[in-house]
Amino acid sequence: MSAYEHGNGIAKLPTGIPGFDLITLGGLPKGRTTLVAGTAGSAKTVMAAQFLAEGIRNADENGVFVTFEESPDDIRNNMIGLGWDIRRWESEGCWAFVDASLHPEHDEIVSGDFDFGALVARIEHAIGKVSARRVVMDSLGAVFTQYQDRSIVRRELFRLSSALKKIGVTAFLTSERTNENGKIARYGVEEFVADNVILLRNMLEAEKRRRTIEILKFRGTVHQKGEYPFTIIPRQGVVVIPLSAMELKQKSSTLRITSGQEELDQMCGGGFFRDSIVLVSGATGTGKTLMATKFLHAGAARDERTLFFGFEESREQLFRNAGGWGIDFESIEKKGLLQVVCDYPEIMGLEDHLLRIKQHLDEFNPNRVVVDSLSALERVSTMKGFREFIVGLTSFIKHKEIAGLFTSTTPNLMGGTSITEAHISTITDSIILLRYVELFGEMRRGLTVLKMRGSAHEKTIREFMIDSAGMHIGKPFQDVSGILSGHPSCATGGEVERLSSLFVEGGDI
Amino acid sequence: MNAYHLKLYVTGQTPRSRGAIRNLKRLLDDVIPDSCELDIIDVLENPQLAEDDKILATPTLIKALPLPQRRIIGDLSDLDKVMLGLEIASYETIGSGGRP
Repeated sequence: MSAYEHGNGIAKLPTGIPGFDLITLGGLPKGRTTLVAGTAGSAKTVMAAQFLAEGIRNADENGVFVTFEESPDDIRNNMIGLGWDIRRWESEGCWAFVDASLHPEHDEIVSGDFDFGALVARIEHAIGKVSARRVVMDSLGAVFTQYQDRSIVRRELFRLSSALKKIGVTAFLTSERTNENGKIARYGVEEFVADNVILLRNMLEAEKRRRTIEILKFRGTVHQKGEYPFTIIPRQGVVVIPLSAMELKQKSSTLRITSGQEELDQMCGGGFFRDSIVLVSGATGTGKTLMATKFLHAGAARDERTLFFGFEESREQLFRNAGGWGIDFESIEKKGLLQVVCDYPEIMGLEDHLLRIKQHLDEFNPNRVVVDSLSALERVSTMKGFREFIVGLTSFIKHKEIAGLFTSTTPNLMGGTSITEAHISTITDSIILLRYVELFGEMRRGLTVLKMRGSAHEKTIREFMIDSAGMHIGKPFQDVSGILSGHPSCATGGEVERLSSLFVEGGDI
Repeated sequence: MNAYHLKLYVTGQTPRSRGAIRNLKRLLDDVIPDSCELDIIDVLENPQLAEDDKILATPTLIKALPLPQRRIIGDLSDLDKVMLGLEIASYETIGSGGRP
């Protein structure tokens, strides 16, 4: 275990919860107690159970689950959907429950002072029975509802948490919060297990639920700051998306690959970089999907594999359209050089989309990735969530050192940019704009390479045409200005002369 | 009168444990002179029994018999509460319409 790697000598226990160990810089402080607070439905119990499950599955570390709220049977049943067979682990001696949930039939009367001696003894007994390294208590708030005298409960929970510390287990305690931005936890629980505090949030933002996790404090050791989105996946559990904890350490390649259009390659100074992300932006019908189709076709011609995520058109539509341009997706797919994944953006949250994309990337291991289009995904998220998604997606693709082509639809037919672009233009390496140009009562199309990181590129706006053979990039628009702003105007010959002479004179001075 | 079966869970030899045992024995001598079976269980020695009975707090007194079962937690210093839990009328209220 990379125990003393971070911080000042406080070892960390890698939990095995995906992404969690990245934002905690190594896991939970080892041998200490950590309070995980969240509102109802913020996934405290799931994460608690996963802390034990991952220990058993990955680290050969057994665990004890002390439940104050749900019955062990409820927990056993609820976790089956996440792929954790608690009953089996119990029979194998890896997992032990301590049932401290409320049993209404016990009907207790209080007469005088008491302590939690029996509970401590039971927990110690269970720890000894399975040689546990990890202990979960879910949830501390429920203890307060079982007993009226809060000062006794507080004193006894404090004693309990110091007993756990003495045994040397790493403890994961949960507690509820009444709202997302108020006190850390109900009943001031954090005051007696205050070494480490993690907050789980389940916020409603613009009609969308967004789960986040934040390390509030780790006493005596370091961690990543701020909120990180997480999601719960069936048969997997909690997956934290450690966006800004991802490192910008990918290598950069000077190798060029073809875009599938010879003229465009020339405009880009010889093609896209092999590990760059290209954004193709344009209004509807300007040829974005065509450009993506050409991009993957060019890859297939070189035996490169392409993963295509379609969020606007169905698989059948894509295949038919490609066929219209003389490209047979089906045979490319048969050769194993193409995988097409089409989904409605609305079927899940962006966090889940991101994880699915990552899963496909890991499984298919492509050379090229297409996402068509990002603006469709923007619909299902908040601005912040979308930006995080883009950062995460770009980071995954960059780590794979493969080429990505994203498309983005601008809302206006003429000119303009979309919010999508404002969010992603700094993240992508290259931007290609496709624009309608209205000239003399005719809709023509223009293309320009707006940005090409690390390379010289052509600055002109070229006219292009689309026919059954695909895209044909022609000559630059001469004497036309205002294309990108959406107000193209044709300069007369005299004016052009006057303007160019102005610059000549200017050069002389 | 039904036969009583009581179980008292304590933690080691703490003052609270000893207080509970003392309070209970005095009460039993006074009000239940006839048949009463009393088990005193130390959770430090028998944690599994505490687990089976789902005991959290110590001291906990369980009235196993006669049914229904009742639990009284604490050092049993509040005798009225203990008698209430054991369903024994207190000295003062015997014959004056108190709890049966």
